[in-house]
Amino acid sequence: MPLVSNGQIVSDRYRSIADDAELPADGALLLSAARFLASADSLRGHDGPIGVIWPNDRNIAELVPHLDQLATVVLLFPTFRDGRAHSQARLLRERYGFRGELRASGQVLRDQFVFLLRNGFDSFDVKKDSDAEAFAAAASRYSVFYQPAADQAVGALQRRRQLRGPAQGGQP
Amino acid sequence: MYVYDEIDRTLVAERVAEFRDQVQRRLSGELTEEEFKPLRLMNGVYLQLHAYMFRVAIPYGTLSAPQLRKLAEVAQRYDRGYGHFTTRQNIQFNWIKLADLPDALAELAEVGLHAMQTSGNCTRNVTADQWGGVAPGEVEDPRLWAEILRQHTTLHPEFSFLPRKFKIAITASEHDRAAIKIHDIGLRLRRNEQGETGFEVLVGGGLGRSPFIAKTIKPFVAGRDLLSYVEAILRVYNQYGRRDNIYKARIKILVHELGIDKFAAEVENEWRQLAGGPLTLDDETIADIRSRFIYPDYPPLPDAKELLAQASASEPAFATWLANSVAPHKQPGYAIVTLSLKPVGAPPGDATAEQMAAIADLAERYSFSEIRVAHEQNLVLPHVAQRDLPELWHALEAIGVATPNVNLITDIIACPGLDYCSLANARSIPIAQQLTRRFSSAAAQALGQLHLNISGCINACGHHHVGHIGILGVEKNGEEYYQITIGGRADQKAQLGELLGPAVPFDQVADVIEDLVEAYRELRAGPQELFVDTVSRLGVEPFKERVYATRQ
Repeated sequence: MPLVSNGQIVSDRYRSIADDAELPADGALLLSAARFLASADSLRGHDGPIGVIWPNDRNIAELVPHLDQLATVVLLFPTFRDGRAHSQARLLRERYGFRGELRASGQVLRDQFVFLLRNGFDSFDVKKDSDAEAFAAAASRYSVFYQPAADQAVGALQRRRQLRGPAQGGQP
Repeated sequence: MYVYDEIDRTLVAERVAEFRDQVQRRLSGELTEEEFKPLRLMNGVYLQLHAYMFRVAIPYGTLSAPQLRKLAEVAQRYDRGYGHFTTRQNIQFNWIKLADLPDALAELAEVGLHAMQTSGNCTRNVTADQWGGVAPGEVEDPRLWAEILRQHTTLHPEFSFLPRKFKIAITASEHDRAAIKIHDIGLRLRRNEQGETGFEVLVGGGLGRSPFIAKTIKPFVAGRDLLSYVEAILRVYNQYGRRDNIYKARIKILVHELGIDKFAAEVENEWRQLAGGPLTLDDETIADIRSRFIYPDYPPLPDAKELLAQASASEPAFATWLANSVAPHKQPGYAIVTLSLKPVGAPPGDATAEQMAAIADLAERYSFSEIRVAHEQNLVLPHVAQRDLPELWHALEAIGVATPNVNLITDIIACPGLDYCSLANARSIPIAQQLTRRFSSAAAQALGQLHLNISGCINACGHHHVGHIGILGVEKNGEEYYQITIGGRADQKAQLGELLGPAVPFDQVADVIEDLVEAYRELRAGPQELFVDTVSRLGVEPFKERVYATRQ
């Protein structure tokens, strides 16, 4: 499964740690939600980035006290149709201010890239090689959007206000 | 009419290009049918019994003459020369070829039409009163708000993979013609004591195998907060709606399982975080969308009472049609005209390419180039000068869309049923055809308003639960049977019909309906009491006795 991060196909720096395995003293570690929460205290001061895989049916607010020690949050798409992690991503970015890597994993296909990017994801465990290779084209398919989201794009209602210019009451 | 700007046009064009790529990947085998399915569904393409079915969005049921003409061309060029108007104010084509779809979409895009979100687990076409902007006494044109919602929910990155489909309807009149109480979100435009425009918000209505009437979640949400409030509802639903069972995934089940108070509290919590944020609509933004709705510049005309009285006297058929199909307009001298797509013996809601093209011409001549689609599967010319009515009637007669049965027993809402649909248990269209033959125009007029709705399966696309008479096709030992309910309604007093008794076989349905109607004629308090009111007054029992006495 190729990993696309910030638009490039890259190799994954993380080592996945099984729930019953010992925690290595250093290195980039990817942990399950249960393992991470159980070891959060002992991981403070760990030499290397920590990532957590967060299930899509668990309240993302539980992560808030720990966001400062997380370099990566992996959110899950068990099927293409299951969109719960889209809401988790927006909450992490917009409400809880998470600035680390936000990775989409599972049934991640090129047809979701635009949505995922708009919800604040910046890395993708892509299911098919051909989709990973088509990332740049798929991600730039749309040049306009109707609604504001977690990315920098402006919604159409706001865009039209900008186009009308300051003469009609905007900031001078 | 809402007039597209460059942003709207660009987005539609980019969506067509994306879908063209998706179809190409399916045709080349790069995508399996299983992978392609959710992609095609998001653009209105179903796989039916015989072919792909293609549903084109008609936002809040408003069409321009060039748009309707284009739909006629698509029917002619890519389908079998007709289209089917649906209960959600859309149109569907039943015989389209997958390889033709991208070209059909590109042609539709030329006139600002698209198929975005006409299926799939996302926010569907936002529907509204088909008389929006022309009905006397409405708070304001509900389509302004429907358009704001349409834009906000189109290709919404967070809510395109909801637990299940999501339908929003808006009304701005006391009399609810948009059936808001059977929608996932129903919005009733109103003004509060301070004179601010806002909405009573209802949630959790829906039909299908677990029908519910929507409940009020908040009595007043100010217009500026509409998007943030709807966003809060969708976010709660996206996270907590059930995904383990497709039949329990609609928001109505979540509302039912949590209870409306708990659900409302969840939404309120979420909304508090969103209120005042970037989704807040300022006056200028609302005014901007409003300014892009073009309204006719009505030349002032007096009411044409005398002329219409003369025409009625010399032509009784015109008088019948005038009384049945023409409604008062907010503008003196004008009228709202409903075009019945329910002629005797034909599938309800179908229009041929020739009819569509002719209606487009008539709209240009008589209705400021505008047409509406009603959820009852009829069309509307919303701005007709009263003095033109006799001439228009002749033209409508000539193309078969002046059957004077609007709101009568033969104005049947029906799903495509087993003739087309892979989900159906029984046929709907032949039942509708039989009934339109059974009740003559005079018989139907004498019964007054009587809504009869037919669904070919429990998914209830024909809204049988809320028909004054509802007919539901079921399968019994390999044969088509029909359950009959009475007393349902879809308006501001919406309620679900009650089961009459055991299901009856295909060839007895028309007889049973005739018995029901006979019973009503005997039981009603007077000719002014509608069928549904008689049922409400007396209950199901006397009707049941009448129907089953001779059928045990």
